[in-house]
Amino acid sequence: MEAKTLFDKIWDAHVVRQVEGGPNVLYIDRHFIHEVTSPVAFLGLKNRGLKVFRPDQTTATPDHNVPTLNQELSIKDELSRNQVEMLRKNCEEHGITHHGLGTEGHGVVHIIGPEMGLTQPGMTIVCGDSHTSTHGAFGAIAFGIGTSEVEMVLASQCIMQPKPKKMRITVDGELKKGVTAKDLVLYIISQISTSGGTGHFVEFAGSAIQSLSMEGRMTVCNMSIECGARGGMIAPDDTTINYIKGREFAPKGAAWDEAVAHWKTLKSDEGAQFDTEYHYDAADIEPMITYGTNPGMGIGVTQAIPMGDDLEGTDKTTFMKSLKYMDYAPGDGMKGKKVDYVFLGSCTNGRIEDFRAFADFVKGKKKADNVNVWLVPGSKAVEKQIIAEGLDQIFEEAGMALRQPGCSACLAMNDDKIPEGKYAVSTSNRNFEGRQGPGARTMLASPLTAAAVAVTGVITDPRELM
Amino acid sequence: MAYDKFVTLNSTAVPLPVENVDTDQIIPARFLKAVERKGFGDNLFRDWRYNKNNEPIADFPLNDSRYSGRILVGGKNFGSGSSREHAAWAIYDYGFRVVVSSFFADIFKGNAINNGLLPVVVSPAFLTKIFNAIENNPEAQFEVDLENQKFTLVETGESEEFEINPYKKHCLQNGLDDIDFLVDMKDEIEVFEK
Ligand code: SF4
Repeated sequence: MEAKTLFDKIWDAHVVRQVEGGPNVLYIDRHFIHEVTSPVAFLGLKNRGLKVFRPDQTTATPDHNVPTLNQELSIKDELSRNQVEMLRKNCEEHGITHHGLGTEGHGVVHIIGPEMGLTQPGMTIVCGDSHTSTHGAFGAIAFGIGTSEVEMVLASQCIMQPKPKKMRITVDGELKKGVTAKDLVLYIISQISTSGGTGHFVEFAGSAIQSLSMEGRMTVCNMSIECGARGGMIAPDDTTINYIKGREFAPKGAAWDEAVAHWKTLKSDEGAQFDTEYHYDAADIEPMITYGTNPGMGIGVTQAIPMGDDLEGTDKTTFMKSLKYMDYAPGDGMKGKKVDYVFLGSCTNGRIEDFRAFADFVKGKKKADNVNVWLVPGSKAVEKQIIAEGLDQIFEEAGMALRQPGCSACLAMNDDKIPEGKYAVSTSNRNFEGRQGPGARTMLASPLTAAAVAVTGVITDPRELM
Repeated sequence: MAYDKFVTLNSTAVPLPVENVDTDQIIPARFLKAVERKGFGDNLFRDWRYNKNNEPIADFPLNDSRYSGRILVGGKNFGSGSSREHAAWAIYDYGFRVVVSSFFADIFKGNAINNGLLPVVVSPAFLTKIFNAIENNPEAQFEVDLENQKFTLVETGESEEFEINPYKKHCLQNGLDDIDFLVDMKDEIEVFEK
């Protein structure tokens, strides 16, 4: 039998039809929806007189637009309120489970899926959101889709997709102290660039990947989209199985044993062919920070911004435009640069482990006077756990306050915007111009680096304070 | 979503010689709050097009009266970032029917085609030629021939072929979309589920 990759195994098992000269009709097991990319899709269904085909396989939550303070009050911004309300109404009309604001199941869509055990190995998972790639951490094919495609999945539980190429990124060795999953993925993107993965689906492999926790794996797969890939995935193993076990929607009893037996077959066969392969050594990675306006513009926190001398043409103009936006100069060192805001949260780093790492670091220290610190749990469940473990007390003693769950300052769509010209160290995934607010300047980093910055007020190597 | 059928297009083009134009620039998140698909063109490239007092920024190509047309030419890795289809809607709604680049981000490319906006991939060298042609003469005409999958600089007659999936080409030429196709397949999908 032909050796297959993990990706092939799952993809091929979900092809309903191969359209002649066209894409595959791919069956979707799980569909997540949120308030921003779904209303026009529901409107489309209505115009065509269609119902949702498989409401049971669809789960909804509002996350992008929601405030992270006073969630119990009605949303002030009228357009946001309307979108959130529209999601609730559409779900009600079509019989879709909806985890509304303030309820137990509420949170950023990519955080609640895994938390509830809805995300499982071997599945095809889509959502009208590029960071759907997060779910690939479980050995699922998970990718973001556009609103037309959301409408397709609502109407037929299928999507039309050409089969992407396959890439494997192997990271072997051990991550050094103070270096996290976030640094690992920022490092990879800095190496292959924001378009290096285009047209591909990535499998992450190697001992450094295997030794990551489920949460760390989610961080890596979350950001796989930032190298241009359709998504990233990691073969399921005991770490995966132990994480899923006992969760609300995990299979139970005999079905569990059957599922586990199947999950154990989900790995790339020996000799399976990838279109592109990369290898990295975990020991080469240090805590990372971005200096520019795309996630590929990252360097080790102790390094200096490149001179850009080797660039020409539009490459050069793009590089200089980016530094101008950040008000940085080529050759500047990053350490010691002033920071105004620190944001811990998002579907990249808004899980309990991220808050534990941050709390552990700031325990007994004080927030620097010049920074505002926004601590935003990725979900209600994360928020509850933070309180149960008393982490909120640690934050309070350090002079930082916990907010309520949502996408928050990851994108400038709710009240949490970084003001124009201000510098933010953010644990989210995108540092595009204006991503965190018009004129806001973003530096992406790990929760540990963010914690170090929160107490010093400047770009800091977290290892110096550990 | 229904859109106009794509036939051969002859037009001048608007240059945007910047790389990695991401979807947050094409349509910033704060304009994604609509629940209908209307008026996104007004906010296309909002923060590059207008300053904070909502005054047009003169040297941004969309505000530069020398440039017009239904073709947008962008630097490599156009459309990176989020899956927001609003990016494709905004470009289409503004009046463009074709985006040319040497490289597109995957999700954007799919979203564009699904909405009648044709992404044309040309070689980096040809892209430079196109930018130069517009710089030398903002009135330069281009022809986009979908049937023959050819992009031509009319002045010099230089052309390059571009690729498109045959099924998607058929959809664009006939203004069809995938949803009709999938809904017709329901029985087959039900059989697959078992
Ligand atoms: S946290 Fe950020 S990246 Fe994640 S879903 Fe929300 S807006 Fe998108």
